[in-house]
Amino acid sequence: MLGDYFNSLPAAVAQGIMWGIMAIGVYITYKILDIADLTVDGSICTGGAVCAVLITNGQPMWLALVAATVAGMLAGLLTGVFHTFMGIPAILSGILTQLILWSVNLKIMGGANLSVPAARYNLLIARLDLNRSIIILEIFALVLIAVLYWFFGTEFGASIRATGANLNMSSAQGINTSLTKIIGLVLSNGIVALSGALVCQYNGSATITMGQGAIVTGLAAVIIGEALFGWLCRNNFALKLIVVVIGGIIYWVVYNTVIFMGLDSNLLRMTAALLIAVFLAAPHLKNKYFSNAAIAEKKALKEQQKAAKKESKKAGKNSGKEVA
Amino acid sequence: MLELIDVKKTFNPGTINAKKALQGVNLHLNPGDFVTIIGGNGAGKSTVMNAIAGVWPIDSGIIRIDGKEVMSLPEYKRAKYLGRVFQDPMMGTAATMEIQENLAIAARRGKHRTLRWGISSAEKKKFREQLAILNLGLEDRLTAKVGLLSGGQRQALTLLMATLNEPKLLLLDEHTAALDPKTAKKVLELTDSIIQEKKLTAMMVTHNMKDAIAHGNRLIMMHEGKIIFDVSGEEKKALTVEALLAKFSQSSGQEFASDRALLS
Ligand SMILES: Nc1ncnc2c1ncn2[C@@H]1O[C@H](COP(=O)(O)OP(=O)(O)O)[C@@H](O)[C@H]1O
Ligand SMILES: [Mg+2]
Repeated sequence: MLGDYFNSLPAAVAQGIMWGIMAIGVYITYKILDIADLTVDGSICTGGAVCAVLITNGQPMWLALVAATVAGMLAGLLTGVFHTFMGIPAILSGILTQLILWSVNLKIMGGANLSVPAARYNLLIARLDLNRSIIILEIFALVLIAVLYWFFGTEFGASIRATGANLNMSSAQGINTSLTKIIGLVLSNGIVALSGALVCQYNGSATITMGQGAIVTGLAAVIIGEALFGWLCRNNFALKLIVVVIGGIIYWVVYNTVIFMGLDSNLLRMTAALLIAVFLAAPHLKNKYFSNAAIAEKKALKEQQKAAKKESKKAGKNSGKEVA
Repeated sequence: MLELIDVKKTFNPGTINAKKALQGVNLHLNPGDFVTIIGGNGAGKSTVMNAIAGVWPIDSGIIRIDGKEVMSLPEYKRAKYLGRVFQDPMMGTAATMEIQENLAIAARRGKHRTLRWGISSAEKKKFREQLAILNLGLEDRLTAKVGLLSGGQRQALTLLMATLNEPKLLLLDEHTAALDPKTAKKVLELTDSIIQEKKLTAMMVTHNMKDAIAHGNRLIMMHEGKIIFDVSGEEKKALTVEALLAKFSQSSGQEFASDRALLS
């Protein structure tokens, strides 16, 4: 029994890294740009669909991965254009693209799913060869993190970070914030689609629903990683991204454990979403109710009310006298 | 250096909330002019600044910076010519980025942002020297997050960022109003010395009449979207707060509406 559990761990790790790569995409929009981008639910499937189509058509693996990434980038571009040039709120822009992608993905796959069985095609990662898959996924994650570390350290990358940190300051310092937002969304969804291409190979198929709730998984990875290991990162951007991937692995290990313990897997999404709600609410609640300023404010308010009561009592007496 | 010709701006036109914020503003600044701007709440002081900076397009009129018409340029392109410091210390700096990263962003104002590394070691050295001039101990905290700084420190840093690449025009919108009196005084002194040293052309909105008189070579007063009073040179030096208040009620037919201006 317990043996089964331990046997399932490598699969959880592989899935954790794949979804951790996706979570890096989410990190770029959510943490760096300060945009909650819901495109990802669609673009992860786009990546999977494009990859599956090319592989089943006998195209080389590198081409499938590059094309999947580019397709995701185009999805990000669309969301970016909706948001910046057309002035649609970011969340809505992402949802619109997500809906568009639903149709696009069905068209790409020619149906609700497209299988790429490992037995028939020469896949990069496969469920049946976990050790090799994990090594390859690790390389993907590390190379990606290295590239992003470089990119966000450049002049242009720094202007994307500034855009998310302070929009007003960025415009005042001459940053074209529409451009930086768009490039951020393009980059993010390219990464998400790449992870979709990996996920589809692991699963042996691309399915139209494979991205459903992806944003929740991505946010969970970001939040879990930061909550557990954020203190380790100090200011190092590469470490922060590594922690995101570790967050993804932990998410899947927990997922596996919960299923192993016989809990209803139907409740998992809800549990994850509620957990995210708690984590997201924590800083707000802390500021509102438990910070020194809030406590002092409450005290002051109480005293004010007391004083006001006294005043009004006095005033009441005085006016009473006057009337008399 | 700056030319405003009959600049008009109405917010929410055609609605019951329509607000004629600028009703034909004319202003000509010579290079090296340091203008202080006063006026009651809602007079349109910030709106003039925002019109110059291109936060939104104006309805009509001409804005020239250094002889170049800028009306059709978006905010981020006009930034090439402008240094700006805002009333809210949070607005001018990125809290989650390091002091040196903020400065590096500012050092590239008006330049093309490439894929070169975002900050060079030569720059770090330069930033350290420049921060030392502020005399706030920031030169030893280059890698500290700006969010850790006090309001005064952040305003001083924003001021440095605004003037790192010499702007054609420095726009200061009540940039000391959110600070305690002591810090405000220090930031104001800093402002003076930077403007003098770099011979900048500057506009400074203040609600403090004494400051408006004490600083700069020219003073303008705004009321209901217009410039109602404009003095410079010896005449400005001879101004008193009482004279200004009298001038205000004479030109506007009202009492000066800002308590803050009287108290400080
Ligand atoms: N973005 C805006 N939208 C609508 N009304 C605005 C906007 N900015 C300023 N106003 C209005 O224009 C008038 C002038 O504002 P402002 O220039 O901020 O005054 P102040 O002289 O105090 O800086 C005020 O009535 C203000 O409410
Ligand atoms: Mg104002």
